[in-house]
Amino acid sequence: MQVNGYKPKIVAFCCNWCSYAGADLAGSNRLSYPAEVKVIRVPCSCRVNPMFILRAFQRGADGVILCGCHPGDCHYTSGNYYTRRRMALLFSMLDYLGIERDRTRVEWVSAAEGAKFAATMNEFAEKVASLGENKRLEDLRCKK
Amino acid sequence: MRKCSLKDLNALFGKISESATLYIPVDLENGKAVYKKYSDGMKMSDALKTERSAKDFFFPQIETLMEFKTEGKNIEIIDTRTETEDFVVFGVRGCDAKSLEVLDKVFLAEPVDSYYQNRREHGVIVSFACSRPSETCFCQTFGIDPSEPAGDIVCYKTDSEIIFDAKTEKGKALMSKLDAVTENGGEEQVEKQKAEIKAVMDKLPLKDLKADAFGADKTNEYFDRPEWAALSESCIGCGTCTFVCPTCQCYDIKDYKTNKGVQRFRCWDSCMYSDFTLMAHGNSRNSQKERFRQRFMHKLVYFPTNNDGMFSCVGCGRCIAKCPISMNIVKVMKTLGGKENE
Amino acid sequence: MQKVTRETLIEKAIALIAEEKVNRVLGWKAGEFSYDVTPAVFNDAESLKKDFVFTDFCGANFSKYLVKETKKDGKVLVFLKPCDTYSFNQLLTEHRFDREKVYVVGIPCDGMIDENAIKAKVGDGIISVTADGDKIKVETLYDGVKTLDKAEVLSERCANCKSKKHVAYDELIGEDGEVADSNRFDQVEMLEKMTPDERFAFWQEQLSRCIRCNACRNVCPACTCEKCVFDNPNSGVENKAAADSFEEKMFHIIRAFHVAGRCTDCGECSRVCPQHIPLHLLNRKFIKDINTFYGDYQAGEEVGSRAPLVNYTKEDIEPVDAVKKGDE
Repeated sequence: MQVNGYKPKIVAFCCNWCSYAGADLAGSNRLSYPAEVKVIRVPCSCRVNPMFILRAFQRGADGVILCGCHPGDCHYTSGNYYTRRRMALLFSMLDYLGIERDRTRVEWVSAAEGAKFAATMNEFAEKVASLGENKRLEDLRCKK
Repeated sequence: MRKCSLKDLNALFGKISESATLYIPVDLENGKAVYKKYSDGMKMSDALKTERSAKDFFFPQIETLMEFKTEGKNIEIIDTRTETEDFVVFGVRGCDAKSLEVLDKVFLAEPVDSYYQNRREHGVIVSFACSRPSETCFCQTFGIDPSEPAGDIVCYKTDSEIIFDAKTEKGKALMSKLDAVTENGGEEQVEKQKAEIKAVMDKLPLKDLKADAFGADKTNEYFDRPEWAALSESCIGCGTCTFVCPTCQCYDIKDYKTNKGVQRFRCWDSCMYSDFTLMAHGNSRNSQKERFRQRFMHKLVYFPTNNDGMFSCVGCGRCIAKCPISMNIVKVMKTLGGKENE
Repeated sequence: MQKVTRETLIEKAIALIAEEKVNRVLGWKAGEFSYDVTPAVFNDAESLKKDFVFTDFCGANFSKYLVKETKKDGKVLVFLKPCDTYSFNQLLTEHRFDREKVYVVGIPCDGMIDENAIKAKVGDGIISVTADGDKIKVETLYDGVKTLDKAEVLSERCANCKSKKHVAYDELIGEDGEVADSNRFDQVEMLEKMTPDERFAFWQEQLSRCIRCNACRNVCPACTCEKCVFDNPNSGVENKAAADSFEEKMFHIIRAFHVAGRCTDCGECSRVCPQHIPLHLLNRKFIKDINTFYGDYQAGEEVGSRAPLVNYTKEDIEPVDAVKKGDE
């Protein structure tokens, strides 16, 4: 995915039980999504605290997406419900600080939704590419 | 002495900026004054003190010392110094000007800190006499005369003029470049203002504070005093006092791993922090009482012991104004300082 | 509203010590000037009579000190203003101290003064400040005595007071007040109405002044971690100064986020900031969002209430919709 030759770096936190398997399925079905999406597997979407998101940006990500089981389907019953509240507040705060809201996203992807995983990543990468490089949450030291 | 009308101040600033970077105190929207790099038309603040002291220009809160780049088995060391440009700091008060002498004792003693030395050599201090000191001022406790501050050029501001008195070679060199925007005179006004300042100093609430009870080699006298417990009881362990202090000089050196190498930097540290002087075996000061005591013992006893009796407090009063719980060196001195301060 | 005086409080404290209901008193000690009162522990009637003060400058929230005070033997008497009692309850909810070791006397409050607001009006050289009904008299070094309306020099949190009602006490002096109808979210709304670029510029300017003194964190009654992640050399984010503007933002986002849902909006963070950064605007954004997304919630109103971030409903708003709420 690129806009004017620019390829964004994207970090995708995926829960072990649904979304990571969804990514796997996308792969075995030969569905393509941008190679710039770096998947990080987490035990549950709820494992991701706000610091994970911020540090991904610090280390050079242009967009961060968090994928978990659909609400109601969490392997641990309720993990993703907490994720949903946490990220709603965090994203709203980032918006309040003037950081582009399309750089962050939460998407629910089940193990059967390989196609959705690929489509989501394509769409997200395109959006982030259109925003250009992350300037507002960058750490200049990491760009040297 | 030379003088310049307040109306022509911007011309003077412009002239200085031609040959050096100029920093002047300016007012923020919230009414507080901070140093900013001069740009055309900027208005100088009338505030007595800037929020942060002039220490920042010579010993900044954070600075990169060097960088390392690794490629395979090779490590490249990169010298990142940039502190070799001439600069002028305008409007430094007597307390802050004196604080640089305190810092010199630390950073210019062997082994010389070349980062600090570079900045000292390239910086010109234009100090101002204080015609309206604040109630929190107690510089005279430490022998500072705000009518005759240290500095390369000493200024006296009246209602209509600024009068310049160049004191050092660096100051005279700068003054000679300003001939076109200044003229001779001003001696009378300066004498008048000095007398006025002396009169005001006698009205300050902290005028009777004495430091005589403290000083070199008094560690045993103060270290185990029971009063430390009550004094430090409500300290919240923040670093406000140390970071607004013009003489606090403790720092930490750390490495930051960038994506392609390592950045070695130093930053101010605070003796109030739980990880101050943290070592492999643990921390040598485990309670807030010990950390609190360290700060004041350093200012009033340890520093004089190592530096011919020079105190490392200049009475600027910033800690009085800023401490979240309003504990400060004045209260410490009055509690511990014997008969003189009763 | 009844105005409590220093004498009333001293009398009460001495009586409680005499009755052996408490062993010591957490109070305010007079300073060099009118405004620099320091929290202190008083052990006997004599020291209370000598140094105890109660003025319009006694803004410090004592709740957090109880974490340390209750670890000592015996019982401590604490005077709490209405807003302090919310923090008190929140700390109890989080099991941060033993309720049995505290005796709370609720005191009414008609707002505390911000000495910086006085300085902004009359300049440097404040010799003394005395209250006189709705007015305050400021004696200055250079301009004689000036009279100001107390209302114009109130601290921000008091001008936007959320409650004059005590939510916890063993005993109350005077009559209890009501939960107030405050405008505390006005400034948050004003920021929400700005464009993202304007908001970014605003916060960049504000946060760039941060000197990382940690006063906002250390004073916060909701920040009671034994070891903060920002002090932990092994955390990877520990730093004593912001080397990059990113670190300023990270610290302040995480600080505010960590107390989201637990912050009672006591306003101590903004009061103590030596750089006058309006930190309460970060906390209030979270409070406002929580109210909007999950229903009104006031941390500390009841002991034992479940904080919004450790709770959920199946119908909660999706993050993608949440960020759009501010536009409405």
